[in-house]
Amino acid sequence: MKVLVPVKRVIDYNVKVRVKADGSGVDLANVKMSMNPFDEIAVEEAIRLKEAGKADEVVAVSIGVKQAQETLRTALAMGADRAILVVAADDVHQDIEPLAVAKILAKVVEEEQPGIVLCGKQAIDNDMNATGQMLSALLGWSQATFASEVDIDGDSAVVTREVDGGLQTIKVSTPTIITVDLRLNEPRYASLPNIMKAKKKPLDEKTAADYGVDVTPRLEVVKTAEPAERAAGIIVGSVDELVAKLKEAGAV
Amino acid sequence: MFTASMNFDLGDDINALRDMTHRWAQDRIKPIAAEIDKSNAFPNELWKEMGDLGLLGITVPEEFGGADMGYLAHVIAIEEVARASASVSLSYGAHSNLCVNQLKLNGSPEQKAKYLPGLVSGDHIGALAMSEAGAGSDVVSMKLRAEKKNDRYVLNGTKFWITNGPDADTLIVYAKTDPDAGSRGITAFIIEKTMAGFSTSPHFDKLGMRGSNTAELIFEDVEVPFENVLGEEGRGVAVLMSGLDYERVTLSGIGTGIMAACLDEVMPYLAERKQFGQPIGNFQLMQGKIADMYTALNSSRAYVYEVAKACDRGEVTRQDAAACVLYASEEAMKVAHQAVQAMGGTGFMNETPVSRIFRDAKLMEIGAGTSEIRRMLVGRELMAKMV
Repeated sequence: MKVLVPVKRVIDYNVKVRVKADGSGVDLANVKMSMNPFDEIAVEEAIRLKEAGKADEVVAVSIGVKQAQETLRTALAMGADRAILVVAADDVHQDIEPLAVAKILAKVVEEEQPGIVLCGKQAIDNDMNATGQMLSALLGWSQATFASEVDIDGDSAVVTREVDGGLQTIKVSTPTIITVDLRLNEPRYASLPNIMKAKKKPLDEKTAADYGVDVTPRLEVVKTAEPAERAAGIIVGSVDELVAKLKEAGAV
Repeated sequence: MFTASMNFDLGDDINALRDMTHRWAQDRIKPIAAEIDKSNAFPNELWKEMGDLGLLGITVPEEFGGADMGYLAHVIAIEEVARASASVSLSYGAHSNLCVNQLKLNGSPEQKAKYLPGLVSGDHIGALAMSEAGAGSDVVSMKLRAEKKNDRYVLNGTKFWITNGPDADTLIVYAKTDPDAGSRGITAFIIEKTMAGFSTSPHFDKLGMRGSNTAELIFEDVEVPFENVLGEEGRGVAVLMSGLDYERVTLSGIGTGIMAACLDEVMPYLAERKQFGQPIGNFQLMQGKIADMYTALNSSRAYVYEVAKACDRGEVTRQDAAACVLYASEEAMKVAHQAVQAMGGTGFMNETPVSRIFRDAKLMEIGAGTSEIRRMLVGRELMAKMV
C-alpha cells in the first residue's frame, strides 16, 4: 500500500509573527519557514507504517511556491521515498486556498492511487482545517480526522479521534483520508546521513496547470491584525475577593 | 529564542544540518543545560544520540560511517550545540574534531577502520591529550615519556586538563620518544583506556564548561604496540600542528554559539522586562547593547564561516585559523559579559542561563590555546611574510 502525505511550507513556529504594515497579511520576507508541524507528524506516521510493513511506499507532496522543495527534502530526509512538488504560486505571500489544494491533491491521488492520504489536521499559518475534509468529499472517500492513534488492519483503519469532550474511536475502510492531531506521535530528527541521501531521492516538479486546476483565490482577505494585547492580571488574596471581583466584572 | 538573524549563503545541505542540529539541541540539551552545569557531569546518553544523528563524524568519509561533509558543516553543528550548552559543545568538539578528525587526517587505513566506526557511532568516546601540568602554551616541553622496549613503547608520565579524559575510550596522546630531540622527539599514539597502567583522576571542578569532564591522565608503564603510533615516530609535532588549524576553526563555532545563546536569552527579556512603565528594550542604552552583541555575532560568523570554507577548499592559513578563533572567543566573552549586564539582577542569578554562559565563555580565551598564543601566532605568521 502506498501512503500519500501532503506537506505545507509555513512560517516556523518559533518565529514571532509580524503583520504587514498595510494589513494585507503576515510578513514572510526573510522569515524562517519550516514544515507545518502537523504535517511532520503525518510524515512520521507514514514512515512508521512503512517500517511496520503496513505500507510499502511513502510519497510526499507539496503545493505552493518553488521553495517548498526544501520542505519536501525534509520529508525525504525523515524517510519518505519520493516527492512531488506542485508549483502553484511564485510569491511567498500567496496562500493557495484549501479547495484548490484539495482539487490538485485529488488529481495526484488519481495518478498515484494511494491506499491512505495522511495529512496534518490543519496548517499553523491560517488554521483552516479544511483540506483533508474537502479532499475526502472530492474523492468520495471516508475520512478520519484529528487522529491521535491509527491502527491499520488490512483494508480498514481503526482511528482514535480527539473530539470535544473525549476520544472517539472509528473504523474506516481504505482508501481513506486521515488527518492527524498533535498527540499521534513525536516526529524523528532527520539524521545527517539521511539528509545527504535525501538529495538523491526523486523529486518530481509539476505545476497547477499540469493538473488543470485554477488556483485563483475565491476569498478576499479584508484585513489582518495583530491579536489585541491582553491586560495584565491581578493576584487576589482570598476566595471572597475573587468572587467580589468576578461579580464586579459581571462574570458571575 | 532570537530568530531574526541574517541568512548566510551556506547552501541547502548546511541549512538542513543547522535546522536538524538546532532542533535536536534545543529539545534535548537546552532543558538539561543548567543541570549539567550544576552537577558537573556529562550526560553520556547524548553520545549515542549524536552518533545516530550523524554529528560525530561530519568530516569522516562514508566508508567509516561518516557524513563526508566538511569543516563548515562541523562549525555549524558545533555552533548549534553550543547555543544549547557550551560545555556539551566542548566535549562534542574534543571528540568529533580533536580525536576523530585527527584520526581521519593522520590514521593509517587499518587504524581508521579499527577506531573510527565506534567513535562515529557514539559507542566510543574520544579525547586528545597534549597539555601537561608543566607544558601548556609551551607544549613541546611536554614530559610524558614513551620508551621503545622490544616490540612496543612504554609510556610513563601524566597529561593535564584533558577534555573527555575521564570518559574516553580512545585517546590521541602525544609523548616524547626522544627527549633530546626537542620538537622532533615527539610521537603521537592512539591509546585505549583498557590498556594496563592507564588511569585518570576524578574530573575537575571548574569555573565554567562544567559537565564537560576534564581530568588528569596517568600513565604507569602503559605498553603500546607499534601499530598504535599515529603518523610516524618523531613526527608527532607535525601531526599536532596539522590538526591545530582545523581545531581552531571548528572550536570557533563554540564562540558564535555562545553569542547566539546570549541573544536568545537577552532579546525576549528586553521585550518583556518593564521599568519606568515600558519595556527596557525601548531604552537606547539597551538598544546599544544588543546592537553591539548582534554585530559581534554576525561579524564573527562571517569570518569563521569564510575560514571554514577555506579549510574545505584546502586553503586554510595558520593566521586566519588562529585569528578567527581569537576573534570569536574574545567577542563571545564580551557578549556574555553584556548579556549578564542587560539582564541586571536576573542575569546575576545562577538559575539564569546567561550566568552559566558567562562562566563558560571564559574558557574560550584559555582552552585550546590562549588568546595570547593565538595573537602571537597571527603576528608571527604575518611578519614571516615580510622578512
